[in-house]
Amino acid sequence: MAEKKGQIPRQAMPEQKPEVRRRNFDEVPLGYTPELAMKEASRCLQCKKPACREGCPVEVDIPAFIKCIREGDFKGAIRKIWEKNSLPAICGRVCPQEAQCEGRCILGKKGEPVAIGNLERFAADYEREHGTGELPPKASPTGKKVAVIGSGPSGLTVAGDLILKGHEVTVFEAFHKGGGVLVYGIPEFRLPKSIVASELHFLERLGVKFEYNVVVGKTITIDELFEQGYDAVFIGVGAGLPRFLGIPGENLVGIYSANEYLTRANLMRAYLFPEYDTPIAKGKNVVVIGAGNVAMDAARTAMRLGADSVKIVYRRSREEMPARLAEIHHAEEEGIEFHLLTNPKKFLGDEEGRVRGMECIKMELGEPDESGRRRPVPIEGSEFEMECDLVVIAVGAGANPVLTTATEGLKLNKWGYIEADPATGKTTKKGVWAGGDIVTGQATVILAAGAGRKASKSIHDYLTWGW
Amino acid sequence: MFEIVRREEMAGGSVVLNEIKAPLIAKKARPGQFVILRASEKGERIPLTMAETDPEKGTITIIYQVVGKSTALFKTLKEGDRYLDIIGPLGKPTDIEKYDGDVVCVGGGTGVAVLHPITRGLKEKGNNVIAIIGARTKDLLILEDKMKAASHELFVCTDDGSYGHHGFVTDVLKDILEKRDVKLVVAIGPVPMMKFVCDITKKYNVKTIVSLNPIMVDGTGMCGCCRVSVGGETKFACVDGPEFDGHKVDFDELMKRLRSYLEEEKESYEKFKASCACNA
Repeated sequence: MAEKKGQIPRQAMPEQKPEVRRRNFDEVPLGYTPELAMKEASRCLQCKKPACREGCPVEVDIPAFIKCIREGDFKGAIRKIWEKNSLPAICGRVCPQEAQCEGRCILGKKGEPVAIGNLERFAADYEREHGTGELPPKASPTGKKVAVIGSGPSGLTVAGDLILKGHEVTVFEAFHKGGGVLVYGIPEFRLPKSIVASELHFLERLGVKFEYNVVVGKTITIDELFEQGYDAVFIGVGAGLPRFLGIPGENLVGIYSANEYLTRANLMRAYLFPEYDTPIAKGKNVVVIGAGNVAMDAARTAMRLGADSVKIVYRRSREEMPARLAEIHHAEEEGIEFHLLTNPKKFLGDEEGRVRGMECIKMELGEPDESGRRRPVPIEGSEFEMECDLVVIAVGAGANPVLTTATEGLKLNKWGYIEADPATGKTTKKGVWAGGDIVTGQATVILAAGAGRKASKSIHDYLTWGW
Repeated sequence: MFEIVRREEMAGGSVVLNEIKAPLIAKKARPGQFVILRASEKGERIPLTMAETDPEKGTITIIYQVVGKSTALFKTLKEGDRYLDIIGPLGKPTDIEKYDGDVVCVGGGTGVAVLHPITRGLKEKGNNVIAIIGARTKDLLILEDKMKAASHELFVCTDDGSYGHHGFVTDVLKDILEKRDVKLVVAIGPVPMMKFVCDITKKYNVKTIVSLNPIMVDGTGMCGCCRVSVGGETKFACVDGPEFDGHKVDFDELMKRLRSYLEEEKESYEKFKASCACNA
């Protein structure tokens, strides 16, 4: 039996061809058919001690949901996933599976791991398209009120968990649309906004209220939320402060932070300008600085906006690139060039103040630094010029101070992130929890969802027993 | 929410006032702060500094000049219509203090609308406030009566001499700086006006506050679109401003950044005008 399973290769998910998709914003992978999903599910060894599950930040019972898919019980599969993860359609698409569940899969030791992410996505999509819309059971009302600040992955997880426990939940969102980084950051071709909208709609059907255009810290403070009768507050506002390089010429026209570039393209739909009113610069020679998922998103967006050439410029080497393998692979297929061991020194502008190029220097790897990765060191005299008319800086984000500085009693660390108990998400302020990037610094959707899950348990305990 | 309860046209219809129901914002807002508005599902987020707030009525007032597609779209909204989204109050409020000497408030164009609550605040704080307002021509002048009431002395200038002093606000300002003991200048208006005011006050070594209006997206410090160089450092106007020490601001950079989307703005406005009979 095991031998036979080993003979079935990992089932690739059909996707748009690179030469087509590099110029459109439609989703790249097209999804499994039920047949493909069942075939892929049949590869799972159903390990007694599933290592994959240990690799999952929210401990989804992976073998159990895969078993359901194998047997054609798609309704059962999604319900199994929901026990641990409220955002499967999203996580199936954006989790770094190779570093988590799939990275631990026994089949991966000799061949290719089970495509757990693809199967999770299939289960969620199948339910959305064919499901009965039957809601999970809800506990009877407790009369307690919870305010969730931010509607990204951590906030949505907290909202979904606590509404099922019978609490009243209101989510406050600063933008005019819900989803946080899922709508302003991750592009349509990787995570269609209709999927985020349907996750939000699902929460609304469960009774979660959404208040848009509310900047907590400005429009209202956390203390005022307590005065209004909220019993607990969860802060999941994300990192939200763009990092720049601090090199000359950075304020030239045509140089964007990744946050700005992606927010224009995704949230404001600038790729549909002039049908939508928000413009975005369409570069011919585009440079994206950084090599994380956000950098890949920006590079692939620039290609779709019609660039002749898009270059990723990264100061370390291929091995250190922090992006998901799938994103790097997709970017390469779409013709994104990688200029590794290269660092910008300054930006060059024309007389109108628009960027026209960048002076770079070649780097080599030295001894490991505090991050454990080999430190890039400039090679003297290796400076050269790179032409570009659009630059996106995607080197991470810091802690946005708008909420934290307006809230008394909230202890921050030296970088401005909120100090919260890693096991519970409790902050130093009574009745206030925090999770996601505003605690950990920029990380992944699933880690934020995991932090939300821990916080929601702790909030429920607090609301039930007072601690 | 966000219903327009009062609408007025000024300056021959090129400037529009909207008083809007926004109780949460009205309760919190202080002079100098701004809001971001959106009028339609496909619309842009437009930052505008508030001209007035009424916490009891729960309203805020904005006064804007029609300069492109988004403001032209705003202009189509009638009393009883609603904005789709308004967020705020954003940015830091004006530091309103008592100065040991005169205070001069200089406003140009729709900048006068933003200057008005600051002028009033400075007067209420016990300062002797001199106001100078200007416009290209008499018909484009706004809020003269309000500025008169908010200050101790008011000077009016028009570029073409159709009303008041014939010339720029900077001419009058220079004269006042010569004769009076001025401790603070607040200048709000078109970028070139603010730049020229700062050039003059620098010579007299008089502290000068300006309110900047760079292009923004989120308005909460998240995107960095509104970055300005102030004293050689990059600041975000949305969270560190919108007011800055005018002597330190790189106005030339700001003007270049304000021109980032000239072509797109034109394309969008032309398309709107062609599709709509409301541009008159």
